[in-house]
Amino acid sequence: MSFGVPFVPQEASSQAGQVDALFYALLAFSVALGLALTGLVVGYAVKYRIGSKADRTGKRSRSLPLEIGWTMATLIVAFIFFGWGATLFVRRDHPPADALEITGLGKQWMWEFRQPGGQREINELHVPVGKAVVVSLAAQDVIHSFYVPAFRIKQDAVPGRTTHIWFIATEPGSYHLFCAQYCGTQHSEMGGWVTVMAPEQYAAWLNSQGEGETLAASGEKLFRALGCSGCHGANSKVRAPSLDGIFGRPVPLDNQQTVIADDRYLRDSILNPKKEIAAGYQPVMPSFDGLIDEGEMQMLLAYLKSLSPQPTAGARP
Amino acid sequence: MTNAAMQGTYLGEGSGPRAWLLTTDHKRVAWLYLISLTGFFFLGGAMAVLMRIELATPAGDLVSDDGYNRLFSLHGIIMVWFFLVPSIPATLGNFLLPLMIGARDLAFPRLNLASWYVFIFGSLFALFSVVAGGVDTGWTFYTPLSTLYANGWVSTAAFGVFIVGFSTIMTGINFIVTVHTLRAPGLTWFRLPIFVWTLYATSLVMVLATPVLAASLILIVLERVFGIGIFNPDLGGAPLLFQHLFWFYSHPAVYIMILPGMGVVSEVLPCFSRRPLFGYKAVAISSMAIAVFGFLVWGHHMFVSGQSAYAGVVFSFLSFCVAIPSAIKVFNWSLTLRKGEISFETPMLYALFFLALFTFGGLAGLFLAALAVDVHLHDTYFVIAHFHYIMVGGMVTAYMAGLHFWWPKMTGRMYSETAGRIAATVTFVGFNLTFFPQYMLGFNGMPRRYHTYPPEFQFWHVLSSAGAVVLAVGYLMPLFYLGLSLFRGARAPDNPWHATGLEWQTSSPPPPHNFKTMPVVTRPAYAYDMKGLEHERFSPYREEAAE
Repeated sequence: MSFGVPFVPQEASSQAGQVDALFYALLAFSVALGLALTGLVVGYAVKYRIGSKADRTGKRSRSLPLEIGWTMATLIVAFIFFGWGATLFVRRDHPPADALEITGLGKQWMWEFRQPGGQREINELHVPVGKAVVVSLAAQDVIHSFYVPAFRIKQDAVPGRTTHIWFIATEPGSYHLFCAQYCGTQHSEMGGWVTVMAPEQYAAWLNSQGEGETLAASGEKLFRALGCSGCHGANSKVRAPSLDGIFGRPVPLDNQQTVIADDRYLRDSILNPKKEIAAGYQPVMPSFDGLIDEGEMQMLLAYLKSLSPQPTAGARP
Repeated sequence: MTNAAMQGTYLGEGSGPRAWLLTTDHKRVAWLYLISLTGFFFLGGAMAVLMRIELATPAGDLVSDDGYNRLFSLHGIIMVWFFLVPSIPATLGNFLLPLMIGARDLAFPRLNLASWYVFIFGSLFALFSVVAGGVDTGWTFYTPLSTLYANGWVSTAAFGVFIVGFSTIMTGINFIVTVHTLRAPGLTWFRLPIFVWTLYATSLVMVLATPVLAASLILIVLERVFGIGIFNPDLGGAPLLFQHLFWFYSHPAVYIMILPGMGVVSEVLPCFSRRPLFGYKAVAISSMAIAVFGFLVWGHHMFVSGQSAYAGVVFSFLSFCVAIPSAIKVFNWSLTLRKGEISFETPMLYALFFLALFTFGGLAGLFLAALAVDVHLHDTYFVIAHFHYIMVGGMVTAYMAGLHFWWPKMTGRMYSETAGRIAATVTFVGFNLTFFPQYMLGFNGMPRRYHTYPPEFQFWHVLSSAGAVVLAVGYLMPLFYLGLSLFRGARAPDNPWHATGLEWQTSSPPPPHNFKTMPVVTRPAYAYDMKGLEHERFSPYREEAAE
């Protein structure tokens, strides 16, 4: 019907319909108010044009009830739209507990994804329909932004930290994946497709990609290769704290404070170990800043998370 | 223009380069700014036209990817800092503020001239960056792209913006002191024209916000040149810190840009409706409210940046609050027309177009303040459309309204009314054709700052590019007929629009020190409703011997 011209975007995620409901409510309000004001101004301009015979008695140039009235009316409308938008928004922080966890790494100028089973993809992302997916995002160099218009989701990937975005795809098909945050020369080329598949096709696709090594398994190898296991390993509890079940656990620090061992804490402890020292240990760990890149950081974090008994997929404590 | 008729006016006080470049007359400094800013406007505009031609096809065929990135970066940097921020304050504001409050000049005339030299000095750095090869960071200079990865002349451009900031601060201080100390007898705060109120509010924001921009740009230069870790995580810095600092300035800066435009429209609408401004106090107070709330909403640029979701909720709430004073203004402007005697000269056409474009741009702001919807629309063409509806549809249209409104006062000449009305209409049509399709693009997910794009978006891009050509014609026309009026225009009477402001009570063009006798104000602003005076030229001010 639209001759290939896009008038409205596809809705292909569980969020899309909810966001669009708010969008169309805003649109209805804006068009109604905009047209009412336009009608008013054009009406006045015609009726009270110079020389017209319109009745001009009862002029007023101020009205306190009117000022209070429209101030209150706009306040109420504003609060409704604020509350509606905020309610949908805070769900971003609460992905379903059973979500599939995929890692995404943005670098100039490509997206690199790793499926839970270790399958790697560049500028392509395959996901099953009807299943919650959390993408943990990191950036190798500059800020990028993971944007799938058909899902109505967007999240920046920021160097030096991990961010998350989740969605439930509802319609099989291929959808644009863009980088939305300007990231340099080939910014507009940085993207590809998200392919949503029926669960059995997704499983078949995963198999066809070969087993691959899971991110956590790569992380474990790296953990040994970098010598982390020398101190943190099961047999050397004297020098460094054990990391079994570390993720999501409270860690007492030597300055009497306690922090939760989340993505941020683990990342900082690897790159800047003297910043927050676990109580009872000497600050002897060397920094790995500059020795590992962002992809390797993702592997290490995945490995550390895998040491926790319950997978807390994507949950941000 | 240097004939006998200009004797006794500020234009007759010497015509050599020395007389202009060393002047401390606020009216001449306004011209220095007007000429420089016009140059920057067309330079930035030419870059926009090149971008729109490139975007007429999905592939990148006119310029390279780096070339495109440099075009939009420089377009933004030039238009924001070298045109929009100084535009109305430094030209119309500079010319009119003393006239409107019955003063002989600004409080610090030499500081005023110095601000222009600082502006030119800063702009040399920016122009050098253009000539030397450009900047590829976007006007937002986001880190760590700008500090570590960008290849262009980032440091010189940032330094140029840094220097221009001082010019802004100088103007702001000058205006604040002038409004506080140099008002004519009887001109109380609530008798001030709204244009003065908005210049005052703008000046406060300039003085309070610009230092933060200066600090953040210097931090960029420090990190880029000396490798000091501030924003780069590899050096222990925080990339998001830059966004907080940048938007702490740049969101208030949006109000620096739009408030004076609101002031201009508040002068023009009452004059051509022959009615007082509806709800004068509400409009005055809402200007100050915008200036204050403007400082509290910067985080709405960062909803998807990784900022805490709860910070997002607070910033969304405050952003909806800042919409309210703007809505109040629109309602009051609309009701000003009621039961008036409305005529449609060029300034009025521009002012009515402002009202429409500002309203539709402002309403789009509600979409972007609503968190869940912003997640989809952020960094898409929807934001570009919203921003340009306010900044170009709103601010530049108001600037044109003001320029046409006060042109007879500034030059002593009338321009071709027919040409003016045609240009205003062409601008309005071209503007909507350029930017309305960008709302559609954004809603459909077209990201901003894309050199190439998926082919299904081409339809809207072609419309937008066609509109840009029409818009360019609309902006070029005044250059010719206003220019021509300087030589061939009919002599302007002192008060061609029969307006009430003090600036119309002196001659056109004004004498060097504005008023032969010091005016004394006995009436509120916009006293268009005094009995029997609706159609006539009248003077609500007594002129008394000064000293």
